[in-house]
Amino acid sequence: MRFARSYLIAAALAFSAATHATAETSLLNVSYDPTRELYQEFNAAFAKHWQAKTGEAVAFKQSHGGSGKQARAVIDGLQADVVTLALAYDIDALHDKAKLIPADWQKRLPHNSSPYTSTIVFLVRKGNPKAIKDWNDLVKPGVEIITPNPKTSGGARWNYLAAWGYALKQPGGNDAKAKAFVAQLYKNVKVLDSGARGSTTTFAERGIGDVLIAWENEAYLAVKELGPDKFEIVTPSLSILAEPPVAVVDKVVDKRGTRKVATAYLEYLYSPEGQELAGKHYYRPRDAQASAKYAKQFALVKLFTIDEVFGGWRKAQQTHFADGGVFDQISAR
Amino acid sequence: MAGLTTALRLPGNPDTRYEASAATREKPWVKRLILGISLSFFALFLLLPLVAVFFEALRKGVDVYLAALTDPDALSAIRLTLLTAAIAVPLNLVFGIAAAWAITKFDFRGKHLLITFIDLPFSVSPVIAGLIYVLVFGAQGWFGPWLLAHDIKIIFAVPGIVLATVFVTFPFVARELIPLMQAQGREEEEAATVLGASGWRTFWNVTLPNIKWGLLYGVILCNARAMGEFGAVSVVSGHIRGLTNTMPLHVEILYNEYNFAAAFAVASLLAMLALVTLVVKTFIEWQAALNASAQSQKGQEE
Repeated sequence: MRFARSYLIAAALAFSAATHATAETSLLNVSYDPTRELYQEFNAAFAKHWQAKTGEAVAFKQSHGGSGKQARAVIDGLQADVVTLALAYDIDALHDKAKLIPADWQKRLPHNSSPYTSTIVFLVRKGNPKAIKDWNDLVKPGVEIITPNPKTSGGARWNYLAAWGYALKQPGGNDAKAKAFVAQLYKNVKVLDSGARGSTTTFAERGIGDVLIAWENEAYLAVKELGPDKFEIVTPSLSILAEPPVAVVDKVVDKRGTRKVATAYLEYLYSPEGQELAGKHYYRPRDAQASAKYAKQFALVKLFTIDEVFGGWRKAQQTHFADGGVFDQISAR
Repeated sequence: MAGLTTALRLPGNPDTRYEASAATREKPWVKRLILGISLSFFALFLLLPLVAVFFEALRKGVDVYLAALTDPDALSAIRLTLLTAAIAVPLNLVFGIAAAWAITKFDFRGKHLLITFIDLPFSVSPVIAGLIYVLVFGAQGWFGPWLLAHDIKIIFAVPGIVLATVFVTFPFVARELIPLMQAQGREEEEAATVLGASGWRTFWNVTLPNIKWGLLYGVILCNARAMGEFGAVSVVSGHIRGLTNTMPLHVEILYNEYNFAAAFAVASLLAMLALVTLVVKTFIEWQAALNASAQSQKGQEE
């Protein structure tokens, strides 16, 4: 019995230690897969900045996963002070499904609330053995593609829309031809992971597939981390301007009393230091100065926006990725 | 005919009896083939991955290995895993004994239904187990708004992880005890009751000694699963580093961060847990066998 009692006390102590680690101000940033390295460094930079400016210490907690999955978790009650997700629609969902933020959240910060941009490129094996130069090389027979599932991954949706936009903008392109092109492309997909990082691991670590369709920053990171002697980045002739947006989750910050620091945190992403870090982690900065500094790093590519080709995220989501949408029709065949 | 009679007359262990006679023995090549298949299968699918985990973990040196294990996020994952097991295993111990007792010692309607329900976590995918709790306790779920209003966190916090773990490890103890207690019958307990022992006394002095090895075995398996569970916990965790990451989830995160040495270092801890579990399990089986043979000898003497 004595053993049982000391056991209970130990368990209770451990339990309280695990739950009461939040004495100082802490912010939870719920983000998507490829931003891990960026926010690791940015959080430290902001904590220093905030300490110097206000004298308050701020600690950060990070959660990463597929963008759609992360949005779902916040809707289900994950107490995120800020969300930094892969695409606007996933943040729209926080308003549509749970009224956590106002409908016009995207107007609260400059550049559609996207402090940095990216695009979609290809990662191929060294020497490019399948000679992949552009989107139309992906639909050739025998090319094995790795891309995540558009249902769960934000990056995957950008991949899909980039391919669609490319087909649409070819001479004589129309919706029917684009649909056939994208269907052909997904026939060549070998593994459909749930998140962007999972796809990168499948391609780079497990050695499956000839080409990975990936975020530009994810592709650069993979080359840097896993060996420049193993992979090459191929930039297609045309791609999509990917704008990963950020937002303060109003309901959470008002309850936790963290609105001020959370807002400052996101604004700091637009500061010279934030922009510098974005460039360093292979995102395309918005700021002219940081842009110029990192211009050499990125290949020149013609970019189209989701608004001009698809009429915005809500419409693209409805047409392509909703249940029974074009992606379902393609994959059902 | 003579061969058969000798075979039948051979004393002792039936396992070796057929081996001793040329008439009933398998041909050597058949024996070797079967042995070879099972051993190479074992080496390829079990031993090799296990060795690979430790090899990868230590490939960059002991310093890297230790640094990975003493990283604050790793420590917090280890702490959370131990805490979860420390809550889930005792709960399932109590439940398992109660359920096994109810099923084997009492008669009531719906007994078979109860047995079926105990097995439910075995037949349900762990992901579903996690989603059940999101549906019930999530912000959009049945109790979500009330919990949120009272500032009680269940999902994406430690209680949710414990709940999911309890769910998936639910059957281990009960499943281990039910057949054992069924085989032992009710006579000894009935005798104790007739002789005037209280319910507790009967349990401590009659039932518990009979089931202790089976009980320990169930607890060991329950603990191994509690510490290793990935699917259900992944759904309810929220993946907040240093807060709601258990060891299996932390392994995945490290792996996804291209931090392979650290991922395998944490994985090696889980692998060691598996090895310890195996050793303890073998010891318990051995003890239980000793116990059983001692009892049967005692029975023969009487």
